[in-house]
Amino acid sequence: MDLVVVGASLAGLRAVESARRAGHTGPITLIGAEPHLPYDRPPLSKAFLCAGGPAQVRPFRGEAELRDELGVRLLLGTPAQTLDTVACEVSVGDQAVPYDALIIATGASPRPFPGTSGIAGVHQLRTSDDAVAIRSALDGGARTVVVGAGFIGSEVASAARARGHEVTVVEAASLPLSRSIGVDAGTVCADLHRANGTDLRLGVGVAAIESSDGRVTGVRLDDGTVLAADLVVVGTGVAPATGWLRGSGVPLHERDGGVLCDETLWTGVPGVYAAGDVAHVPNPLFDGDLMRLEHWTSAAEQGAAAARHALDPASARGLAPVPYFWSDWYGHRIQFVGTPDCDEVQVVDTDTFTALYRRGDRIVGALTVDRPREVMKFRKRIAERGDWSEALAFAGVSAREGAA
Amino acid sequence: MRIVADRARCEGLGMCEAMAPDFFEVGDDGTVTILDETPGEEHRAAVLAAVDACPVLALSLDG
Ligand SMILES: Cc1cc2nc3c(=O)[nH]c(=O)nc-3n(C[C@H](O)[C@H](O)[C@H](O)COP(=O)(O)OP(=O)(O)OC[C@H]3O[C@@H](n4cnc5c(N)ncnc54)[C@H](O)[C@@H]3O)c2cc1C
Ligand code: SF4
Repeated sequence: MDLVVVGASLAGLRAVESARRAGHTGPITLIGAEPHLPYDRPPLSKAFLCAGGPAQVRPFRGEAELRDELGVRLLLGTPAQTLDTVACEVSVGDQAVPYDALIIATGASPRPFPGTSGIAGVHQLRTSDDAVAIRSALDGGARTVVVGAGFIGSEVASAARARGHEVTVVEAASLPLSRSIGVDAGTVCADLHRANGTDLRLGVGVAAIESSDGRVTGVRLDDGTVLAADLVVVGTGVAPATGWLRGSGVPLHERDGGVLCDETLWTGVPGVYAAGDVAHVPNPLFDGDLMRLEHWTSAAEQGAAAARHALDPASARGLAPVPYFWSDWYGHRIQFVGTPDCDEVQVVDTDTFTALYRRGDRIVGALTVDRPREVMKFRKRIAERGDWSEALAFAGVSAREGAA
Repeated sequence: MRIVADRARCEGLGMCEAMAPDFFEVGDDGTVTILDETPGEEHRAAVLAAVDACPVLALSLDG
């Protein structure tokens, strides 16, 4: 049985590893658009951007290990161009790669800011090449403007401030991240920026990125203000990388083009499974909500499960994970478990900050700042469909007070 | 089977605790404590899940 994995990053690598662990002895081909061996992304916006951070982005595993120990045929630096689900072939350059089982793990790509391609000093942050370019601009003392107050952009702002650079974050919404974590937690995030000397501009859009002789000079806002900049990092979100699947018969989400799967990660097309940032998966733990997560933990878990299921569909079991992500800002650790999609958010600790999210009479989410010991105890309650008042009691708030 | 934790690498992300709370716990200092370093063979699946879940690859199994 030929296993083909498209996308050579976290989800793709975990698919390969789990296939071998499950006893698959047939051929495995790993196809990746980047020329690099699979590497880890979270450090790219954290340790790697700090002064004195690691000199290079190291791959998870060396080439010899992948080739010889895991027996993987690597096709790197060449994107898959099309998928033919009738002939069961992926086209890569001028070759057709046949599969019996296929894992789609092509992740997501940042949305570019229109009209900025080729302007030096304007970057997004997704790949190691992006991180190298941003780090060298920061090494040069760049005045930094971040467009979009999302997690990755905020981590870049934090790294630039740690070096003492002037940093402005521009966000079109009236609060950072309020759609993904709610208003109270969004306010805490805004405060973190301001307390650390980042100039946070809320409720204003970017009209244009200005340049001279092919190099960025500044960012012009909707209100006419021009912010001088040597480095502009655009962090306005990503879109699933599924252009190569158009017309293949693999079902895509009408809004963002992500791959639609069932809870076993099956796309409904024989032999074809998806995992990681590219995949929309219903989650039975949260009333079957369709979730496309951009989290390390789900990419790792789904990658491993997708390969097991693709190789032995009869053994496939639906996943019901508690989503989890973390982000590091100005020396503070933000952690979120569960879903922010809820009926009520209650702030239970304003000291470091903890907020709990309720749906019906259950706890469905928790956000903590600098509470590493507690967050997984909330996660356990969420996984067990734990009772809201018990979660409040655990957090030290009486249920009566909670209900009031 | 012995659990080996590289405490210098651990960032206190807590996934090990999520997967196998009987064996791992994150403390207030944000690093992991191994509650039982030599789990019985019957716990291999849970402990292996914890090792795999660590985002900074700070955990390994000896044996
Ligand atoms: C800077 C940064 C910081 C992050 N920090 C955190 C964090 O702190 N916590 C957290 O939980 N998560 C974090 N994440 C998210 C986490 O890294 C992602 O969820 C994870 O990388 C997703 O893995 P993936 O394999 O699904 O997709 P990706 O990592 O996006 O990999 C997909 C791969 O597929 C390749 N590809 C695309 N199209 C094709 C094609 N047609 N053919 C072949 N290959 C193709 C791409 O080039 C890419 O290499 C961060 C992400 C970034 C970028
Ligand atoms: S999962 Fe890894 S980083 Fe997190 S607490 Fe456990 S050992 Fe430390």
